[in-house]
Amino acid sequence: MSVTGGGEYGPGRLAALRGPVEPIDHNARTIAALAANPGCDRRAVLDAAGVDKGRTIRHLGHPPRFGLSPFAMFRNEQFKAIVKDDDGARLAGLLREVLHLTTAETAYQTTGEEAGASREVRHRRTADLLRDAAQAGRAATLLDRPLLKLAVAGHDVYLEPDVIAFQAEGRFHIVAIKAFAVIDGQAETAKVSAAAREAAVYVHAMRALFADLGLDPERVSHDVVLVCPKDFGNVPTATLVDVRHQLLVLDRQLGRLKGVDRILAALPADLTFDLGRPAAEVAAALSAVGARYAPECLAACEMAAFCRAEAHACDSLAALGRSVRDDFGGVGSVAGAIGLAEGAVLPEDDQSEVAERLRHIHRIYDEAVV
Amino acid sequence: MTLFRSYLKARARHEGRARPAATVRHVHLSDAPMVFVPLRMAGEAAAPLGAMVGCDPAEPRLLVVPQPRDRDLRFAFAAELASVMVPYIERYAADSEEVEARTPYPRCLDAPQIIVPNRGALAFVRLLGRSTRFRRTDGPHAVDPLVPVLGRWLTYLHGRGEYAGSAMLLSLTDALAAHWVTGQSDAEDTDPAALLGWIDPPAGMTGPEAAAVAEDPRRSPPPGPDTDPDFDRRVLQPSIADYDASGSADRVRAALHDQLRPTWDLVWRGVALLRTLPEAPSAVLRWERDRASLAGENARIAEGGLSQGRWDSAVAAARRLAMLEIAQQTYEAGRAFDDPLVMAEYRAEGVAFAGEVVAVEPDRKIIPPGGKRPVVRPLVTVKTADPLRLAPGKKVLSPSRPRQAGQILSAEDGTVVVQINGGVKDGVPEVGETVCYADLDPSGGRRPPLPALEETPWTHGGPPQEYVPTDEDAQEAWS
Ligand code: SF4
Repeated sequence: MSVTGGGEYGPGRLAALRGPVEPIDHNARTIAALAANPGCDRRAVLDAAGVDKGRTIRHLGHPPRFGLSPFAMFRNEQFKAIVKDDDGARLAGLLREVLHLTTAETAYQTTGEEAGASREVRHRRTADLLRDAAQAGRAATLLDRPLLKLAVAGHDVYLEPDVIAFQAEGRFHIVAIKAFAVIDGQAETAKVSAAAREAAVYVHAMRALFADLGLDPERVSHDVVLVCPKDFGNVPTATLVDVRHQLLVLDRQLGRLKGVDRILAALPADLTFDLGRPAAEVAAALSAVGARYAPECLAACEMAAFCRAEAHACDSLAALGRSVRDDFGGVGSVAGAIGLAEGAVLPEDDQSEVAERLRHIHRIYDEAVV
Repeated sequence: MTLFRSYLKARARHEGRARPAATVRHVHLSDAPMVFVPLRMAGEAAAPLGAMVGCDPAEPRLLVVPQPRDRDLRFAFAAELASVMVPYIERYAADSEEVEARTPYPRCLDAPQIIVPNRGALAFVRLLGRSTRFRRTDGPHAVDPLVPVLGRWLTYLHGRGEYAGSAMLLSLTDALAAHWVTGQSDAEDTDPAALLGWIDPPAGMTGPEAAAVAEDPRRSPPPGPDTDPDFDRRVLQPSIADYDASGSADRVRAALHDQLRPTWDLVWRGVALLRTLPEAPSAVLRWERDRASLAGENARIAEGGLSQGRWDSAVAAARRLAMLEIAQQTYEAGRAFDDPLVMAEYRAEGVAFAGEVVAVEPDRKIIPPGGKRPVVRPLVTVKTADPLRLAPGKKVLSPSRPRQAGQILSAEDGTVVVQINGGVKDGVPEVGETVCYADLDPSGGRRPPLPALEETPWTHGGPPQEYVPTDEDAQEAWS
């Protein structure tokens, strides 16, 4: 991530929070994950400051959770290479078919990682290529690894270039290549939704760029193309996925994250998550920022082990499941719920109904269990 | 989730230990179950890496694929697995009796039971079945003759396993979670080590402490089918490289053994824990249905029926959905009728109630609407403290007299009047007796009529064609 602009507190404050290290790269997965727990201030601050959450959680003594197996990486790269083989000729064929195009010719371009081109340079090149493509006549364009950026929490971040932008007949599509298999026309739902959420991040970023370039953002389609291996082999198959819903959700969450300045304003001025400090100090600094742990965090946020321990230490009901917390209505803690059930705690006004039900459950459970 | 279950979760968390959610065992356990713990290669849909399989806790059979990208080695794995599983399954499938009924039908004397650690392993079983059942045993890409047979059985067992209460293919974590509630979230319950840590923590540890140990991949390997990425990098990758260089699978075997053995032991421990509960009466009935289903599948194979298609026809799919629904209702009602602890959840939700009988009119006669002659319709008045939400007119049944049809006449201020509409022969409850009535029917009496497959009306496309595998299916790559 590169901080190129910002709100009232600006880059200095965020750099101080992060400590003397480079901000980490964001990618579509991490940005899509922002939406998983929109109400969490802690995550918003960590992400806005570009803190490396994986290193942080290890520093605190928890095992890392989001490692990627070398075999999975190999498989991803292998499949991507197969799909992009021959300067994208095969991919162009797949795209023509799934988008019902007649265009014969497709130009293949890449933003170029060679010669250590800086991100700024590559982003500018991406913008130039996309502008050219938008003005291209009949020929279709495949732009590999476009470097896009996105405003997160009032600050611009670059997205890891992990997709292809495809232009044909004046319309642009985001193409995501994923190595999970589509077996008998079906893929694992969780993987498809994750891919759709990530692709939506690129659609959003590309539309923003189009607006900057004075092009119509609507030329970037909400139909993304997902390219996956068919059945158990290596033959790619392309599917159109409508990400309108994901775009709406993302829009809303990014809108909320703009409020990170408001969160920062309430924090002590000398707060820092600098990993050069002892674990206990980092933990205390993290705890100074409010969190909203729920079990969904386990699959979405590197900080989950830390926040879970903290939530259990506070006797949180939500840590057992959001639906558990909802079932108990306004009851605040595990001990509070048990106290109401045992009749040891007097219910507050709005708790009388749930308290009555709990006392009944407590009684019939104990009768049945012995 | 219901408040009842949420309360149990909170209580388990408060006490630091799982709470029982059942007083009897709602799943049949075979005398000789087979445990199967598979691992797959990261990044691949169904490339096996290795497995432990067998019927003896002390003697697991370890199968490994020393180079998981080698197609021939994968099929060698499938053949070896088939040599263990197919004889185990067919031993049961071949042995059946004829059950006397209006239309007599065959039923196997017993059935196989394959137990895997969790739902991830169940899904892997389905994919393993799918990737092996269309294989040809002659011509190009020929595989061991048992490989497609294994694929067929795994596909059948997985399909049957989707029926609630079926027990031929079980996920241990699902079975345990049906009998105990832990103080962690449902997502965390999918790890057998963490789940068992809550249910039966080692001496001197609380449930959450034991679960924390179980969760650390450095201290306890994940249950699979996915391996720990760190293990892949540090241990597995060099071991596979070693095989590539030396041709010896020893290092891969040792590495996978260490990953599999703890889960293998856990599954057996979980099975032993389940055995401590006495078997519920309706679990026996459900097992009978499994045995009848197995006999049906065996007959289909014997008659030369083709392998399951890639897709169900529309009619078969609709029929299957309806059957799944019926199985679910019957299973839930059966559990509640067998177990007061399960029934308590329905009472808390207001769809069942229990209490003391305070008045009975055993000889009451009425002339039913539309009838001419008076008939016996006894009344039972029950005093209950349960928050009943059933309205007058609702049909109810009682676990103590399941064939006696009841109907709520009135329910006010904890006093419920039930009219007995049938099955009076079983004896009307007496004053002072504790009874329970529920809006549940374990006999599946509310089953919608289903068209038989061969009677599918032409408006729905006529009887479906059986799926004929193509050459393409047989040669499909498995890479
Ligand atoms: S794990 Fe913690 S920081 Fe991450 S989203 Fe959940 S509560 Fe927020």
